[in-house]
Amino acid sequence: MNKQTVLYPKHQQMGAKLVPFGGWDMPLHYGSQLQEHHQVRQDAGMFDVSHMTVVDLQGPGVKSYLRHLLANDIDRLKNQGKALYSCMLNEQGGVVDDLIVYYLGDEWYRMVVNAGTTEKDLAWMEKQSAGFELKLTPRRDLAMIAVQGPNAKSKTLPLLSEKLQQAGELKPFNALADGDWFVASTGYTGEDGFEIMVPGDRAADFWQALSDAGVAPCGLGARDTLRLEAGMNLYGTDMDETISPLEAGLAWTVAWEPEERQFIGREPLEAQRKDPQKKKFIGLVLTGRGVLRNHLKLFSGEQEIGEITSGGFSPTLERSIAFARVSPDVGESCDVEIRGKRVPAQVVKPPFARQGKAVLAL
Amino acid sequence: MSNAPTDRRYAKSHEWIKDEGDGSLTIGITDHAQELLGDLVFVDLPEVGQSLDAGGDCAVVESVKAASDVYSPVSGEVIAINDVLDGAPETINEDAFGDGWMFKVKASDMSELNGLLDAEGYDALVAEEE
Repeated sequence: MNKQTVLYPKHQQMGAKLVPFGGWDMPLHYGSQLQEHHQVRQDAGMFDVSHMTVVDLQGPGVKSYLRHLLANDIDRLKNQGKALYSCMLNEQGGVVDDLIVYYLGDEWYRMVVNAGTTEKDLAWMEKQSAGFELKLTPRRDLAMIAVQGPNAKSKTLPLLSEKLQQAGELKPFNALADGDWFVASTGYTGEDGFEIMVPGDRAADFWQALSDAGVAPCGLGARDTLRLEAGMNLYGTDMDETISPLEAGLAWTVAWEPEERQFIGREPLEAQRKDPQKKKFIGLVLTGRGVLRNHLKLFSGEQEIGEITSGGFSPTLERSIAFARVSPDVGESCDVEIRGKRVPAQVVKPPFARQGKAVLAL
Repeated sequence: MSNAPTDRRYAKSHEWIKDEGDGSLTIGITDHAQELLGDLVFVDLPEVGQSLDAGGDCAVVESVKAASDVYSPVSGEVIAINDVLDGAPETINEDAFGDGWMFKVKASDMSELNGLLDAEGYDALVAEEE
């Protein structure tokens, strides 16, 4: 039996096609995934992301704990409300999860982790907390709604409290709180917008108010094509516990300095960093006919060089695009095996599209 | 709830086939099928002149979600394909039973049509799946 978010009745009422995802019944789309995608690139759309888990970390030991737990360095967070994207690694340097952490005070940080990995994450975080003075509190009382698109902020702000209306001034990756309401200028689409934590019992009314303000409900389908275009990884697909951030295009999230910071997984990562054979994480645009899909094999001549980790159709580019993990000597193009045929693809550096338009010259 | 046109026959794998009365048969996927697939973004059609076996896969429709094979309901030779679908695969979403037709065949054995479902039978199949 899958779990349902507090917004489940709203999804039914708004005609969502509901599918199982990470242990939850979530909207795939409300009619047309393509329309929802364009709605977010051109206007404003909203996603129920209440299946993701908010965890509060509080106590005098929280800062040193997080500097040990995460591959990115929370010491970079100096202003209240500032957010950081990081991987949480295992001892082998594989990714346990990717997450966002907010600095709310010297003894209070807030983390948002993936839905499907929540139980595993909490067990891991609990285990690693030995010797640090802090408390982990999953905030299951909060719902979360992402409002994204060029008009997302202007349509959302009038619905917020006077204090939270200052969120219009937030720089990217910053947040503002008012009681249990929490507004962050973050997202997973490559568009402007907010991710908003709402007390569970207020979520349905807020969702309705957003809808009345012209924000269209969007499902996981559009969320996936938007994040792919925006060059953002999906946990479990682009990386997992057997893949390090260095082979998932996430080297930029690893804070090597200061050298004395001993975060979990640092040693194997240091070794891999110097390995010339480590795999490269690239973007692909299909130049031939077809659609790139997860796990399709890539070839350079007769040699197999890797596989697609996330593939699909880009509604903005009207082409098929993908992320792939390949051997480091990949050239400017390669072939994809689609149903036994070799189809040419161009190697590119993601993102593919952001802020309403293509960012690649094809 | 489906409402299949009564002027054609249906395969259990959700293709429709219509006897045009001039020796040609038009084939496509049903409205129910396109709804299950979601927004279509790519269609791979057989080639004119290609010979098809009843029940053999001969085309692919790809939606934003996944790729799906299309099976020929009858044996025969492909005599025409719907070129419009190459640039506008969404035509199938918009009009699966009309403008979204996929290809035409000259059947080698018209009696194969008798083994297919009529509209009522197909609607019952869809109702059962739902």
